Amino acid sequence: MMSDRCASRVEASSEVLLDVGDLVVHFPVGRKRPFRPQSKVHAVDGVGFSIRRGTTFGIVGESGSGKSTTAQAILRLVPVTSGRVQFRNENIAALGGEALRRTRRHFQIVFQDPFSSLDPRRRVGDLIREPLDLLDIGDRSDRDERVRSLLGEVGLPPQAAGLFPHQFSGGQRQRVCIARALAPEPDLIVCDEAVSALDVAIQAQILNLLKKLQRDRGLTYIFISHDLGVIQHFCDEIAVMYLGKIVEQAPRATFFARPRHPYSWSLVAAAAPPGPVRDALKQRYLVKGDPPSPVDPPPGCRFAQRCPFVVDRCREVLPALESIDGGARVACHRINEIEAMDLVTRADTA
Amino acid sequence: MAPVLSVESLNVGLRATNGVTIPVLENLSFSVEQGKTIALVGESGCGKSMTALAIMRLLPEAFVVSSGQIMLDGEDVLAAPMPRLRSLRGNRMSMIFQEPMTALNPLYTVGDQIAEVLRLHRGLGRKDAAEQTLALLKAVQIPAAAERINAYPHQMSGGMRQRVMIAMALACKPKLLIADEPTTALDVTVQAQIFDLLSRLQDQTETAIVLITHDLGAVSELADDVAVLYAGRCIERGRAHEVIERPRHPYTRGLMACVPHLRLGGEASGAPADLDEIPRMVPPLGERDAACAFLPRCVFADEICRSQLQPPLQADDGGHCVSCWRWKEVA
Repeated sequence: MMSDRCASRVEASSEVLLDVGDLVVHFPVGRKRPFRPQSKVHAVDGVGFSIRRGTTFGIVGESGSGKSTTAQAILRLVPVTSGRVQFRNENIAALGGEALRRTRRHFQIVFQDPFSSLDPRRRVGDLIREPLDLLDIGDRSDRDERVRSLLGEVGLPPQAAGLFPHQFSGGQRQRVCIARALAPEPDLIVCDEAVSALDVAIQAQILNLLKKLQRDRGLTYIFISHDLGVIQHFCDEIAVMYLGKIVEQAPRATFFARPRHPYSWSLVAAAAPPGPVRDALKQRYLVKGDPPSPVDPPPGCRFAQRCPFVVDRCREVLPALESIDGGARVACHRINEIEAMDLVTRADTA
Repeated sequence: MAPVLSVESLNVGLRATNGVTIPVLENLSFSVEQGKTIALVGESGCGKSMTALAIMRLLPEAFVVSSGQIMLDGEDVLAAPMPRLRSLRGNRMSMIFQEPMTALNPLYTVGDQIAEVLRLHRGLGRKDAAEQTLALLKAVQIPAAAERINAYPHQMSGGMRQRVMIAMALACKPKLLIADEPTTALDVTVQAQIFDLLSRLQDQTETAIVLITHDLGAVSELADDVAVLYAGRCIERGRAHEVIERPRHPYTRGLMACVPHLRLGGEASGAPADLDEIPRMVPPLGERDAACAFLPRCVFADEICRSQLQPPLQADDGGHCVSCWRWKEVA
């Protein structure tokens, strides 16, 4: 059954697999004091997007931007404060108990650190088999066969099943994690900085493997990374997050042809290939300082504190994520004015 | 001008329990002049950090320098007795580590930790040291430096802590600064700030920098020279722009090709192709052949590569060296 699945290549369709609406995740911090509101980390603050089947949705942002929490909330790995996560025909955010457990087989996750995400005391074969046993997929004899074919699919020899995680390198362990995520034949896989801890040569191997799996199995990915080069290479749609909000979202070509939000520019300036364009971009857009704390953020635009184009209105009114041309959505009060000012870099990058 | 640091035919080994010494670094040579930067590039396990630790004489137990010479400003580092070494470290040569979270003492304020360097090496009094510390914190662009001087490391972000590390490392205006992956643990926008800061401070202090990195973007921005390490051997060395624009060794070429480079503006349209990969991985310690170390992963490997020892680093007229039998045919 595995082989005919591989034979037919699945193309990206227009079917929406995941639709997230107004997702909010708050974590209370500090002590609860009488007559004072509890302090909260606004990890994810009203995030919405939809993902078509067979495509890759990239989330980029700095640490503390809420990119991992967004993904983990979608998978119900952290409690959802409010919002809607429509996956196929169900609202995952409202599921519980057995129904949630049954749905879980359709979405899996690959973490950043392949050293801590595998149980060191279990053999690789058992690790890959575990989701099959837990979710009661196939019969017992069928499962061994599946483990073998999964190992082959991620580029590991069948003997790997009998070895322990410590006998593998980082790249190979990440392959084991991918095989484990693939085992229950999910529709959606979240890759949370899945290649960030790997050396560049190994990173390329894993990225190519993920691409191949997507072509063969029609997988849908949520791909989280801080590396814009990798995001551009791997993702069809890109969302830039800053302090719990999406500040810009656009298809790949639109986004990299010309980012719109000042924070997106700043990320691009930091990652641009060396040369006069990079120098011009850095001069104009590179932000100073560190991202502020997501505990009880002030009203207004979250980026106002570091934005080179800030005006009073930005500090008072939170800009909404509004659609503009090219399928992009941007949350910035001054987008049109910045566009007009933006003669230098437009000439350079066009 | 005599180089600030010159490393000549350095060999470092790991002494195994059965008395055998496993080679870790083999025949490594490079030098760096005042105000210049050399980048050491390669995957993990290629010996970049070991080189740094050997220069600082901070090699972990069981690792030994079996032969070679390390000269810092005309002084033989390997022959220096312990008291002399202590006055060299932090004073003439200093190091920035990858993890600003663990490299600072959590029990002392950052001001105290920077002042300690000045008081120890420069013999400054409490008041003078505090004054200079404040100037240093301002130089590394820490906002509200006068208040931050009394902050503990946990009260600062990663980027701030790395700035403190830089201030501490540059406090005595060392001849040599070793930066071991100084920005790997930081956010991208902060990385760019730290690189800018390093190059600005270098212009002022004329410090020679050994930059250890796997980020080729950082290399082209900061480095004058680059040495590419593979499995403990230097396989290519030359001017940074030469090596980046015209890499010769198949490994260097592979490293360049497997990184997805950002394409902007008009170049951004069109679907990206699959990345080129370098198959397999770096051979572990003790499993390295006397022949070219890259042989098992090289797509250009030939009879000559299998039958000969590791090729010598051959230099052309411009000083661009490569250790490959076939580079002329391949390039």
